[in-house]
Amino acid sequence: MSARAESMTPDSPGRASELEARFGDYGGRYVPETLIPALDELERAWLRAREDAEFQRELSALLHDYAGRPTPLYRAARLSEAVGRTVFLKREDLLHTGAHKINNALGQALLARRMGKDRIIAETGAGQHGVATATACALLDIECIVYMGTEDMRRQQPNVERMRLLGAEIAPVEAGARTLKEAVSEAIRDWVATADSTHYVIGSCVGPAPYPALVRDLQRVIGDEAKDQVLDRVGRLPERVIACVGGGSNAIGTFTAFLDDSGVDLIGVEAGGDGLDSGRHSAPLATGARGVLHGAMSAVLQDDDGQIVEAHSVSAGLDYPGSGPEHAQLRDEGRVRYVAVSDVEAVDAFRRVARLEGIVPALEPAHALAWLLANPGGDGVDLVTLSGRGDKDLAEALEFG
Amino acid sequence: MAEGGVAGNLPPAGERGARTGGGTDGIAAAFASHGKSAALMPYLMGGFPDLDASRAAGEACADAGADLLELGVPFSDPLADGPVIQAAGTHAIAAGVTVDGVLGVCHALSARLPVVLMTYANAVLSHGDESFVGRAARAGAAGLIVPDLPHDESAELREACDGEGIALVPLAAPTSTAERLAAIGADARGFVYTVSVAGTTGERDELPPELADTVTQVRRAADVPVAVGFGIATGEQARRVAELADGVIVGSRVVRAAGDDGPDGVRRLVESLAEALS
Repeated sequence: MSARAESMTPDSPGRASELEARFGDYGGRYVPETLIPALDELERAWLRAREDAEFQRELSALLHDYAGRPTPLYRAARLSEAVGRTVFLKREDLLHTGAHKINNALGQALLARRMGKDRIIAETGAGQHGVATATACALLDIECIVYMGTEDMRRQQPNVERMRLLGAEIAPVEAGARTLKEAVSEAIRDWVATADSTHYVIGSCVGPAPYPALVRDLQRVIGDEAKDQVLDRVGRLPERVIACVGGGSNAIGTFTAFLDDSGVDLIGVEAGGDGLDSGRHSAPLATGARGVLHGAMSAVLQDDDGQIVEAHSVSAGLDYPGSGPEHAQLRDEGRVRYVAVSDVEAVDAFRRVARLEGIVPALEPAHALAWLLANPGGDGVDLVTLSGRGDKDLAEALEFG
Repeated sequence: MAEGGVAGNLPPAGERGARTGGGTDGIAAAFASHGKSAALMPYLMGGFPDLDASRAAGEACADAGADLLELGVPFSDPLADGPVIQAAGTHAIAAGVTVDGVLGVCHALSARLPVVLMTYANAVLSHGDESFVGRAARAGAAGLIVPDLPHDESAELREACDGEGIALVPLAAPTSTAERLAAIGADARGFVYTVSVAGTTGERDELPPELADTVTQVRRAADVPVAVGFGIATGEQARRVAELADGVIVGSRVVRAAGDDGPDGVRRLVESLAEALS
């Protein structure tokens, strides 16, 4: 943990002279040689921007005035009563565009402008990151192309229309299962050919270095705010901090503030799909072997030949066979516990929290809430990151039956 | 799917494929004695359209004047490949082609010419470096190309390959800095695979104007031969690349022929490419 403590202590964000390229055995840059200079350029640009007062002022102003930060910390009274604990929800669902994705998209779009890139590409699965990136590009007047699998386009038609309304071009991806994994691959292929004019806004703390560290830096505002808010409210740290993990950006953004607080139990909740024994799940951290996907060594779902296998989850935002390399390290170190809840449990939590609190969570954080509901009692204080709102998921959840 | 068949079986563990291909030395010999303006290296996707057909296409390449063969091991997420090679790999995986199946094809073809395997990092690393490299050596592979394993990540695998006498062939790109090219060149084995253009594999109408500069810089950095690939599809393009480089790699165009016209189509295409280099 010394490298992390040195580079990213909660009280001195961004004092490091370099970004982590590796997280223990994980991370790295497993990409074609052609891209390495672009990754070097991105790393240098972020190190400068992270230290630059003008950049930070501009980003803070946008996060405050445009996106709606700081987000509220809400003491969920009826949910607390239901689980016999004090439950605080970090309300990322109240942000502009409806999820934490905007934190990263605004930061990276500002960075792209600073780097002189006049074209931005992104991938999207459920559409939340695509919408956030299209929004940031509209705001900053940058050309935006969003890669999206045609199966996801079919399932998420309203978000496709929303991105087009915002001025983004949707690039349909027909390969493989035509979902998020293929969209990421196709975005990387675009970037291999266009890196001199184009910035790739990756949507989670995955991909080749420096992306996992860059996205973590841009999302850590979640946990930094929440920690201060909980301390302010109850005068002590929470016992448990719970967040859902797909690629893992809202989770790493939440956990980073608490990594050095050894008394805080950190729990990352993956999508168990039909169950971990079924083979149909999205839980590489809870089950996965070491592997390379999309430029990083991490926990990856794969078969005996090293072919990446399709993930499965009712939640499109968690439906990804990989995970961020820092999560893989935190798992191996035992600092974070990674668990999984099934589709059925997540949809049940989605409904219960709607009735208990008048809040419709996205199906992604519904996994974190499901774990909370399944682990009640003990009278402690819990922080749960409510990473997005569930409007997008109504059809899927109702259809689930 | 029948893994053995005429595609060829692997010899048992412990037995080296002491084949014509002959590892790193076989590659050096192929570059030294081709008698053309440059060595010709077609690319085929192992197991496309099926294992036997890919073996037959490889035989056709050898018959038609290819000096080395690049043999793709299909991978689910090939980041460096354009649509034609992606589709071929997807087709092979969907049909049940396995790594062992393709290594069987490699073993059969390595009797004819040096075979350089091309696959992605996860396929190589998921079972540990030694395991894949050992299997490749038993299959008679002369070299290994891993396009998503840049120089910074390649030391362990290079050591494993050196131990088996297999050349870990590095890639150089038009975007590589002089500093990176120096490191790539210093550690190169077999040859340097110079990517002609920033982008993925696939046929292109024009050779990039900066190709001569790129090749010159790579040549300055490396003692081993320099081969150029990506975007080369026609005899005329091959002839012009041969004026610059020691080797010409033709991929998507050959894979397209293997899919559309079968081994005979591959034979005709490779004959025409070899003719352009005569």
